[in-house]
Amino acid sequence: MYDGGKIIVGLIIFVGLVTFPILYNMGKPAAMPELKLNTPEIQQLQEKHCVESKEYMRANHMQLLNDWRDWAVRDGKRVYVNSEGKHFTISLQDTCMHCHSNKKEFCDRCHTYANVKPYCWSCHLAPKEKET
Amino acid sequence: MNALLSLVAVIVLILIAFIGIKVASLHFLFGVVIPYAAIATFLIGVIYRVVKWGRTPVPFRIPTTCGQQKSLPWIKQSKLDNPSSTSGVIGRMLLEVFLFRSLFSNTKFELKEGPKIAYGSTKWLWLGGLAFHWSFFVVLVRHVRLFTEPVPSFLHSIEVLDGFLQVGALGVLISGVVLLLAVTYLFLRRVFIPEVRYISLAADYFPLFLIMSVALSGILMRYFLRVDLVSIKELTMGLASFSVAVSLEKISVIFYIHLFLVSALFAYIPFSKIMHMGGVFLSPTRNLANNSRMERHINPWNYPVKVHTYEEYEDDFREIMKDAGIPVEKE
Repeated sequence: MYDGGKIIVGLIIFVGLVTFPILYNMGKPAAMPELKLNTPEIQQLQEKHCVESKEYMRANHMQLLNDWRDWAVRDGKRVYVNSEGKHFTISLQDTCMHCHSNKKEFCDRCHTYANVKPYCWSCHLAPKEKET
Repeated sequence: MNALLSLVAVIVLILIAFIGIKVASLHFLFGVVIPYAAIATFLIGVIYRVVKWGRTPVPFRIPTTCGQQKSLPWIKQSKLDNPSSTSGVIGRMLLEVFLFRSLFSNTKFELKEGPKIAYGSTKWLWLGGLAFHWSFFVVLVRHVRLFTEPVPSFLHSIEVLDGFLQVGALGVLISGVVLLLAVTYLFLRRVFIPEVRYISLAADYFPLFLIMSVALSGILMRYFLRVDLVSIKELTMGLASFSVAVSLEKISVIFYIHLFLVSALFAYIPFSKIMHMGGVFLSPTRNLANNSRMERHINPWNYPVKVHTYEEYEDDFREIMKDAGIPVEKE
């Protein structure tokens, strides 16, 4: 090979960059974080059900929160009717965080896992939690 | 025709993934087997191509230059366009790789009434190419968050910068939008400029459509169809650590379409023009210093020529020559 040294160094860098995820995670498969749903408020509920289905919330909660923000703040609409016809007050602090009072073990777990830092809390007050 | 053929090929790819998941339920094939096969093809293929290029002899210095070469001391050398040293070559290569300098000197030829010839500078290809490659790079780097745990903090900084417009709760990321716009521009350019259309092959359109479909499926997934991101990260982390343990049926079909298109793109790279990402470093016209007047470059395929010099000849026959009265150089 002509200029073999330089080419091989280049190829090693290339392979290192492509296999970076494998090298970085060597032997430690990171499983999905576990969410804690056993807050006192949820335990008191008779029917443990969020405003929409679990599957819907998992994929679409950010869209729902965005819609809620627009409806409440811009349109003054404060009542949400879900797909089953039930009524909920549109409020992050009084509806969402009322049940999910454990931000650190609920919101943050997945958000950290997925490297997402939503800017909810630059306006809203984050719920006070005991250090765990 | 070429464009149409490529478009059909990409649509077929999308349909394969769609039918494979929706009808045949081949989640493991599309979620695990094909991505691994694609990455293996990509890695081995790229190494094979680069090594093959490396084994090709480059007989002489053949730099394409746009400036004055190193000459007499009072003539100013164009050190980046016509480098005569290794550092100059590195400078030219860095500017080429990061800023596409050779596209910046692109000119347009026009024949005007008269007849008059006019050359004008056109920066659109340079700008479009720069927007395309850099946004693609940022998009690629952003995806590293799906393959690392804990996620390196610089990835979050990139995402903050990328989404600083803060459109919607999710935050529209600029790089994705720029990528789609730029690849669309690069495609339209091939269609609307007759000279470029004339030289465009199916191999030019296909990667454009493929990348367009990758970007579109990604944007659809992020902003419109919504997917269960945490399950996806569990799958990608499993792929990166060779232990997939997620229930693949939970993830929606748009993700599999995106993944299949990306796999197709990666597997296609070693066989296609996209190899220019390795090729740019191995271009003799870019990576050689123009020092032909300072150093002697010997053609590498010259075989050793057996010579018999006059001195050796005289050594062989000195006595006979002397006897015959022929003058010799060495007594």
